[in-house]
Amino acid sequence: MSEASTPTPQEDERIKETSALRQALIRPELGGIVGTIAVFTFFLLTAFNSGMFNAAGVLNWSTVSAQFMIIAVGACLLMIAGEFDLSVGSMIGFSGMSIALLSVTFSWPVWLAIIVTFAVCIAIGALNGFIVVRTGLPSFIVTLAFLFILRGFTIYLPQTLERKTIIGGVSDVAQGDWLAGLFGGKILGGLFTWMGNAGLIGVFERGTRAGDPVVDGIPMLIVWAIVLVIFGHVLLTKTKFGNWIFAAGGDAQAARYAGVPVNRVKILMFMFTAFCATVFATCQVMEFGSAGADRGLLKEFEAIIAVVIGGALLTGGYGSVLGAALGALIFGVVQQGLFFAGVESSLFRVFLGVILLFAVILNTYIRRLITGER
Amino acid sequence: MTARSTHAPIIQMKDIQKHFGSVIALAGVSVDIFPGECHCLLGDNGAGKSTFIKTMSGVHKPTHGEIIFEGQPMNFEDPRDSIAAGIATVYQDLAMIPLMSVSRNFFMGNEPTKTVAGFPFYDKEYAARVTMEEMSRMGINLRGPDQAVGTLSGGERQTVAIARAVHFGAKVLILDEPTSALGVRQTSNVLATIDKVRKQDIAVVFITHNVRHAMAVGDRFTVLNRGKTLGTAQRGQITPEELQDLMAGGQELATLEGSLGGTV
Repeated sequence: MSEASTPTPQEDERIKETSALRQALIRPELGGIVGTIAVFTFFLLTAFNSGMFNAAGVLNWSTVSAQFMIIAVGACLLMIAGEFDLSVGSMIGFSGMSIALLSVTFSWPVWLAIIVTFAVCIAIGALNGFIVVRTGLPSFIVTLAFLFILRGFTIYLPQTLERKTIIGGVSDVAQGDWLAGLFGGKILGGLFTWMGNAGLIGVFERGTRAGDPVVDGIPMLIVWAIVLVIFGHVLLTKTKFGNWIFAAGGDAQAARYAGVPVNRVKILMFMFTAFCATVFATCQVMEFGSAGADRGLLKEFEAIIAVVIGGALLTGGYGSVLGAALGALIFGVVQQGLFFAGVESSLFRVFLGVILLFAVILNTYIRRLITGER
Repeated sequence: MTARSTHAPIIQMKDIQKHFGSVIALAGVSVDIFPGECHCLLGDNGAGKSTFIKTMSGVHKPTHGEIIFEGQPMNFEDPRDSIAAGIATVYQDLAMIPLMSVSRNFFMGNEPTKTVAGFPFYDKEYAARVTMEEMSRMGINLRGPDQAVGTLSGGERQTVAIARAVHFGAKVLILDEPTSALGVRQTSNVLATIDKVRKQDIAVVFITHNVRHAMAVGDRFTVLNRGKTLGTAQRGQITPEELQDLMAGGQELATLEGSLGGTV
């Protein structure tokens, strides 16, 4: 009796000691880390001599990965907050078209076109969020509606104003614009010139650019991706607001009872997703110098797949921005790597489907480990 | 008991009525709650227990009647006001988020921050330390503050939620059927927690339809039946059988109980 009545809590003999491996498994990034190692190993073995891992090749797949990362960060935080945005792809087309129309057709200064576009798109994101939290409808349906609404306007507006669906000439008007350089420029050009001269990276052998390094700087697109990933990761794991994001997605009602402003969190995350889509579109328009009505098709699904590969649960409340960034990296490396390895590019979609299935199964298993469900 | 009744009630609910359209959920209920007492609110399903506590915690506004909190008439616009005033409610299955760690759950909505380079960051070390301290005080043995709530038992989750409310300065703790889904062992843990909380001079409003659980910790018992109170009894003045009869509205259960041989 005296033994049994000690007030200190006893170790529960029915709970087995959890191994370090099992502890490591309970991390949302696990799938992303394993996938990244696997993908790099595969391409280092099969495509090492194809130019995939020289300066130009690295820049090639880094740029594609960075595109995925930018939209994956927004989609990731929104998914953890318990919602989806299927209008991301249409938002990319719409915002790109908006910048091109305002700056070329209406001859606005490019910086003003960019700022107004950001304001309009973030407001549409807020509207998405407002409708979802007010009506209580699934965000799947609400944003599916916006997928069509925005895509429709993206085709209708240039057709009506210019009688075409691709608006070019943005490069000419963006020449020397202070804000355009923030999306379309490159940084660290001096470093790459030095590396070219020092023989660390390849230089052009012939032509007008002979002697210039093959890579003349890091595109702003990659800078944006890195900044957004760091911002998203810090916001989610190191701030009060990050705790609210998890809580809103984990159980909105329980979070409300504890005093978390769930509706505000969700609307802000819809706005952030719209912001990320607009960053993507602005970089793309500045790079290509044009906007097309079909830009951004299927991007919403690619963002969601990257997020799921990164370990987030489709039901919300669990996930990682770093994981989503790794998911985006896997995407970019595989998409470009198949090209370098000389594999038919349509197989990329097969790969996507297969890896998505694996990721979802792994995530469900990890969820059971965390919550102790059987 | 008389000692408790001498100091002022922390909440007085006076003739509370609540109508939802044509439905009269509460038809004039009056209850006083004193600091340091465990006030059991008993009643069968549909008796109006939930409506009554939601009125007390600011979720519903009464159609008629007055709520006096610490001597002042109160008029809560939404639940956040009542939380700020010190009225905390722990709901049966909506208290915790299973996928989040115990420490993140514990500080949900009240996250501690520390300022680094001008930005307020979530203070993880503080949250972890306080969570571990509070949990061991309540007798819950955590593997670590990062352990997910999903791995805790139902009773432990209720205890975490109660500890959270107490830590953040609740003066009145409303527990909505905390024991109804629990096993014997877990129920006794939660009842022991209620006892600890009461000794800190916090008023506990314990909603249950289990007379045994009520008798184990209750100081006073108020029975609701069809939106009306059938009076408040003090501990020692009423037997479990009498409480049971009051809850069921008297007659019918007595007959039923007779045929079941007193097993209800």
